[in-house]
Formats: sequence, structure tokens, C-alpha cells
Amino acid sequence: MNELINKVTKLLNDKTIDAFIGYGQGSTDRVRAIFARTVEQASKLIYTPACTFNLSGYLLKHEVKHLGKLGILANVAALRSIMQLASEFQIKDGEVYILFVNDDASLTEFSDFQSIEAFLEKANIDITPDEKARIEKIEAMSVSERWEFWNKEFEKCIKCYACRAACPMCYCHRCTTDVNQPQWIPVASHERGNLDYHLMRAMHLAGRCINCGECANACPMDIPLNLLTYQLIDPIKTGFGATAGMKADAVYALSTFKPDDKENFII
Amino acid sequence: MQDFEPKIVAFVCNWCTYAGADLTGTSRTKYAANVKIIRFPCTGRIDFMILMKAFENGADGIIVSGCHPNDCHYSTGNFHARRRWIVFRNLMNFTGIDTERILFSWVSAAEGFKWADVVNNTVAKIREMGPYENYNKIAVSTLLKEEVSNHE
Ligand code: SF4
Ligand code: SF4
Repeated sequence: MNELINKVTKLLNDKTIDAFIGYGQGSTDRVRAIFARTVEQASKLIYTPACTFNLSGYLLKHEVKHLGKLGILANVAALRSIMQLASEFQIKDGEVYILFVNDDASLTEFSDFQSIEAFLEKANIDITPDEKARIEKIEAMSVSERWEFWNKEFEKCIKCYACRAACPMCYCHRCTTDVNQPQWIPVASHERGNLDYHLMRAMHLAGRCINCGECANACPMDIPLNLLTYQLIDPIKTGFGATAGMKADAVYALSTFKPDDKENFII
Repeated sequence: MQDFEPKIVAFVCNWCTYAGADLTGTSRTKYAANVKIIRFPCTGRIDFMILMKAFENGADGIIVSGCHPNDCHYSTGNFHARRRWIVFRNLMNFTGIDTERILFSWVSAAEGFKWADVVNNTVAKIREMGPYENYNKIAVSTLLKEEVSNHE
């Protein structure tokens, strides 16, 4: 992908950016993130069909932030993450240099949030048909079947928190998981602690999740935990008219309200 | 299941439902004694984690109650709470937590009788449903007992 390498080389040379977050070859045949700070490192950038994961999670990591002005190779999920982070006042317009690879392999450069918003309006942001089918299958179960299903899944959780580390929206310096006075989330990986963790994770990401799937990809135990937040996308959209990661100045659906919000369960 | 006494925890706001429950008492209206009332400044403060903790400490049912819309002492706490309940109920339902075991209601400071009804109806309903076995299996007390027997 010479165009990408040339572009990043130029950006580094003229000091537009100090580091570029892109994909590189990992050990074995895997692709990993690389952080190019020199022209030599930039020459290792690749872009193959395997380069699908959302790199935006690195933008707020302390170790990456201190590299200076950042550039990033974004896909649709990363663009949405950046919009969501902007709406949460974590990224300012113009702070990050954003490149996007089009279907015909040409590069688009997003100079401001407005152009990202315009682009996202036409992009496909839906969850995959497979994910949809899995959610529907769970929804068709009875309450206790669902409980059994999730208990079996959560039982596998080893509380490694890779899902949290991979999620671009999990950037709190002190996660509730780590709070120990009071200990909201038990440290041990027993059923209770695991259920607590997953309910908390899902609630704290409800309406903020941009369905990139990185949490489930990162999970070493293959827990389909992304479905928890995916399932909430629809009710939040139909109920409150909000979709995460579409507008840089959006107000978070759960920190606002309408006096006529509809529900059918409060007596 | 005849001797099953449901354990109900009620999370209520200070300004409306707690005062309403007070009125129930001062009006000498009797209601089921199964409920333990926990007073919060506002429904907006009743975090979903607190509900989670009630179930895992052995509650069979939960009541969450506060001021009617437009009556919040802090103007908007109950509106914010309502949105979160809508989302949390969805999540509970999806993960197989029985939403029938949590009752949400608006009870004002003048509705002492409504409070008695809310409690009595909830207790009757939970009594019929029986102990919350799914959650009880992973409740603190159960796990503690297991731990103790593992050490023995
Ligand atoms: S919860 Fe999962 S799918 Fe949603 S934004 Fe975070 S990593 Fe992506
Ligand atoms: S990545 Fe998987 S195993 Fe690790 S904490 Fe998350 S759900 Fe549990």
C-alpha cells in the first residue's frame, strides 16, 4: 500500500503528525497495530483484507497520547468511535489526523468532524445479519432459558478485562470494576461477580457502543458479550431517537430525557 | 411453599414516596411487613447496580418508587431515572433477569393508600411466584455457605 506509506512518510517528515496508528504485520500471519514515529517504521504499514479492527481504542491510551500529535487509519467503526469520543469531550476537532481507505484503495483525508458526519450518514453502520440473528434467537427464548444461556456464557469469563481494554469507549481512569470501597464488582470469577461485571459493562456502554465488536473479538473465552450492548441499540434508537457515534455534538441519550418519554411498566 | 415469606426491598425517594409511606403509617393503614424501605435523596440516585446488589443479597422482589413526572424535588431526577429504567429493564430482560420481580411506581407524598396497595400487591405477587431461585443460587449467602463448606 504505497500510497498510504508515502502519505504517512510525508506527514511525519513535514511534522504534521508525530506518530501514526496503522496496521502492520504481526508475528505469525496476524495483523497488529503499529505506531509509526519514523519514516522507517512507516514503511512497515500494511493494508490487507485482514486489517479490519478498530484502531481508535489507542487514541486515548496514555502511552499513545504522549507520542504527540496523532494520525490514524480509520475504518467506519473507528470514525464512529471518534465521533462518540468527541461528543464525550475526549477528542477535539482537528486534534487527530484521520485517513480512511476507500473501496478502490484510494485514501480519503477527513479534515474536520463535519466531513466525518456527512460520510457516516451514508455509511452502513448496522450490526451484521449474523449478529442480528443471534440476538433474535436469544430474544425468542423464555426468561429462564435466557438466564441459563447467559449464565453459561458468563461462567466462562476469567475477568481478564481484555474486553474493556479493547473497547474505545472504555477510557475511564478508574473503572467501577476497580473500585474496592465499596467493592461493587467482586474480584473473583464466580457467577455473581461475572454477572455483575457484565451487567455493569453493558449498562455503562448502553447507547455509547458503536458496534465495532472489538470486545467480543478480544475475549479469549469467546463470550458473545457484544450482543448485550447491540441489543440495546434498537430500543435506544426508537425510544429516544439516539444512535451512538454519528454526531460530534450529540448529547448522550442516558444523560438527558424528554418529559414524554414512553414506557409501559411504571404504575 | 406455604411458609415462604417474600423478601422485598423498596428503594424510594425522600421527597415523595418516603413521605407517602410515612403518611400510610400516620393514617394507621396496615401493610405487609415484608418490605424493607431504603430511602434515597432522589430516584435519579437509584443506580442499577443497587438493584443488582439487592437481588444478589437475597431479595425476592424489588420496588422502586419516586415522585410522579413533573413533581421531582430536583426538577428532573425522575425523568433521568425513567430513561435508565427503560434501558435497564431491556438489559435485564435480555439477560434473563425476571422483570416481573421489579416494580416501578410513582407514589406521591399524598398517596399513602397507593403505597399500601403497591406493597401489598407486590408481596402477594412475589408470594405466588415463590423465591427468586435463579438469583438465589448465585446470591452472596449461598456462595458464602459454599465457601465455608469447601474449607471444612
Ligand atoms: S462495547 Fe464492544 S462493540 Fe461496543 S464499542 Fe465497545 S468494543 Fe466496540
Ligand atoms: S475478555 Fe472475555 S474473559 Fe476477559 S473479562 Fe471480558 S468477557 Fe471476561
